[in-house]
Formats: sequence, C-alpha cells, structure tokens
Amino acid sequence: MSREITSKNIDDKLKQKIREISGEIVQQCMQCGTCSGSCPMIEHLDYSPRLLMALLQWGQAEKVLGSNTAWICASCHVCQARCPRGVEIPRVMEAVRLLKLRANVNHIEPSNLQPEEIIDLPQIAMVSGFRKMTS
Amino acid sequence: MKIGYYPGCTLKTKARNLEESALAALKVLGVEAVELPRWNCCGAVYSLADDDLIHLIAPVRDLIRARESGHDTLLTLCSMCYNTLARANDIMKNDAEKAKTINMFMDEEPDYDGSVKVVHMLDFMRDQYGWDKLKEKVKVPLNGFKVGPYYGCTLLRPKEVALDKVDRPIIFREFMETLGAEVIDYPMATQCCGSYQVLGAPDITLKISHDIIRDALAHGAEALALTCPLCDFNLGKRQDLMIGKFDGAKDMPAFYFTQLLAVALGLPVEACHFDLNRSSALGILKQKGLIKEASAA
Repeated sequence: MSREITSKNIDDKLKQKIREISGEIVQQCMQCGTCSGSCPMIEHLDYSPRLLMALLQWGQAEKVLGSNTAWICASCHVCQARCPRGVEIPRVMEAVRLLKLRANVNHIEPSNLQPEEIIDLPQIAMVSGFRKMTS
Repeated sequence: MKIGYYPGCTLKTKARNLEESALAALKVLGVEAVELPRWNCCGAVYSLADDDLIHLIAPVRDLIRARESGHDTLLTLCSMCYNTLARANDIMKNDAEKAKTINMFMDEEPDYDGSVKVVHMLDFMRDQYGWDKLKEKVKVPLNGFKVGPYYGCTLLRPKEVALDKVDRPIIFREFMETLGAEVIDYPMATQCCGSYQVLGAPDITLKISHDIIRDALAHGAEALALTCPLCDFNLGKRQDLMIGKFDGAKDMPAFYFTQLLAVALGLPVEACHFDLNRSSALGILKQKGLIKEASAA
C-alpha cells in the first residue's frame, strides 16, 4: 500500500487533538509493531494499530478517520499491556472514536437494531456497545 | 465474615446463574455478602478519554454507597463491573485533581477518597478467604473434569487493576485446582472474546470467540470456566451460530466459575440455575458424576 504524504494532506492539529482527548503522545511510538502482533482483531483491520500510530504521527487525519481500526477495537488492552514505550493505545483508539462521536455521528444506530438481534444480549453488551459507538 | 457486595445489572436478569450460585456458595463458606443499597449501573466500560469525567460519576456513586454502608471492601462477581469500579476507585485514590472535580460535581454526596478496596470473587478467595480453607469445604471434588479457565480481558488489564500477572496469570488455575478440577492451560485464555463488538462487528466477534474455543478444545478442555456475562454470551450462547459455520466447531459446555464452586461445595443443582446455560453444561456434570441424577431432573 503506497501513500503520498505532502504538506497539503498533513493535519498539524491531529496529534494535539488526540493528546487533548487521550493524554497520549503518539510520537512516543517507535513503530516496533508489538501492538499489531498482539491484537486479536488484526486480520480484520484495514490499518494495524502500528500503522494507525504512524498515520497519526504524520497527521493523516483523513486516512485515520476513514479507517475501521478504532471501530473494530474492543478495548481489550493487550496492546497497552505489552507496549515497550508505555503508550496507552486503547486511549488513542478512544480518542479517534470520539473525534467522530463528538461531531454527533453514531457508528451504530441503536434504533436500527432488530429486536431479535438484541433480545438475548446481556445488559453489559448494550451499555458498553452504546458507550463506545454512539454519541 | 461480612463484605459489601455489588451485583451489577446483568446478574439480576440474564446472568442469574452467576449471582445465585455465588451467593449460595458464599453462604456455605460463611461469608455474608451484603448487597449495596440503591446501587446503579457501573457503566460497564471505563472511559478512556482524559477529558471525560462524567462517566466516572456512576461507578463513584456506587463506591460512595459502599463507604456509607461501612464497607472497607466491595465484592464483585462480573469482570466488567470489577474493572470499571476498580479503575474509578483508582482515579479517586491517585488523581487528586480529577477526584476534586468529581467530588465537587457530586455535591449532594459525601466526598469520596478511594478508600474502599474493590475485589473480585477470585482474588477475594485467594487473598481473604484462602485456598486452603476453601479446599477444606470442598465436598464434591471436580476430579477428572478437564476445565479450561478463561480469563478474558478485564480481570487482567490494565495492570493497575490486574488480579494477577498480566501475561502469565495463575489465579484461575489455582481456584479450579482447589476445587479438584484438572486444569487445562491454553494460550488464548487471556485473549479477548470480542466483547461489545458483538454489537458493532458481530461476525468478527463470532470468529475470534470460536478461535478461543477451538484452542481450548485442542488442548484437551472439556468445558470452559468463565467470569463475565459478556464472555458467556460470546463464548457460550453464540455457539449455535459457530456450529455449522466453522469447520470442526462443536459444543463446548461453558460454566460460570461460581457454578463450578457451588457444585464442588455439594450444593443442590437448583442453586446453579443451569437452565440459563447451554444444555451441554448439565450433561457433562451428569456424565462426570458430579451431580445427582434425581436432583438434576
């Protein structure tokens, strides 16, 4: 996958926005890929956690916000547990989600869920799912 | 022994088999679990945004209820409740600035300083009750029953609230061994089941949950022991969707750890609410001779 990074597509404010929401400094990531090697969702992501961190470092807002990575993340925290740089990646993922949710855009629409899909779900599934994926 | 107890929403409905088996077992063990008055939902997930304190209000309110009731320790059974309450408590104890903001916002409540210790049933058994004492109470050892303990995420991560070593936990093994089971270790015991992504990405969640079951089966487990109603949904209740969809998928009985505790303590099957498990759960207990046929019928 090739991508062109020019002064025209770098969002200077992206790193700062992520830092304000999450408290995390994406430049601390040294691109070792331990997160990607640990992620249970890896084969289903369009950008691995490592690549998402790189895209954040390069201010690639469009690619970051257009990717499914933060929306497939289940906040399992295994990347954080193993990160040699102490980056709390689940917080970065949350910040990416919130950039969309705080613009009042839901990722899943509760009213579209069919009764038969949710009738058997435990309450914690719905509370946590709506907390993570609706504004 | 008396301890404050936070049940959580799911344990009163879909996961009554977790709560009722635990309370019946605690009674036999001589532990009085006192349910908090006016408890509310903990929020299920801990907010990961630095600038979001509003989602700490619900769990902190529960911790205040515990403090008001005079409890030094608060017992949880559900892994997600444990994680959310323990992390909220950690903030109130160690982040003075956030704690001050939260206390000021909740001006109708007494100030809270993080002084309640949040425990899960597993570390309560290890640290406060003791494996040796528990072993003495076992009447029906689960001998010859090959059980794969599944930790999931929220009992172990992040490290601030981990019940044990994050990458190499043994607490669940010790618990099951104390009950006499033959414990099966398998690499995916600490890998995520997909959690709330059952809503956002149900097919992916089904796949990664199936990977966990396949791993446990491949290592010789005859059943899974679980601590979380959402893991039970993904790994237990959704097995019907796995069978037929994935090569080699087959039925894997799934229990809450407290149900296996109740069985080992010789409690009647009625205490365990096996009607809320897959039918294979009761089947394997009968097959292993761990419960009486008459009582089970």
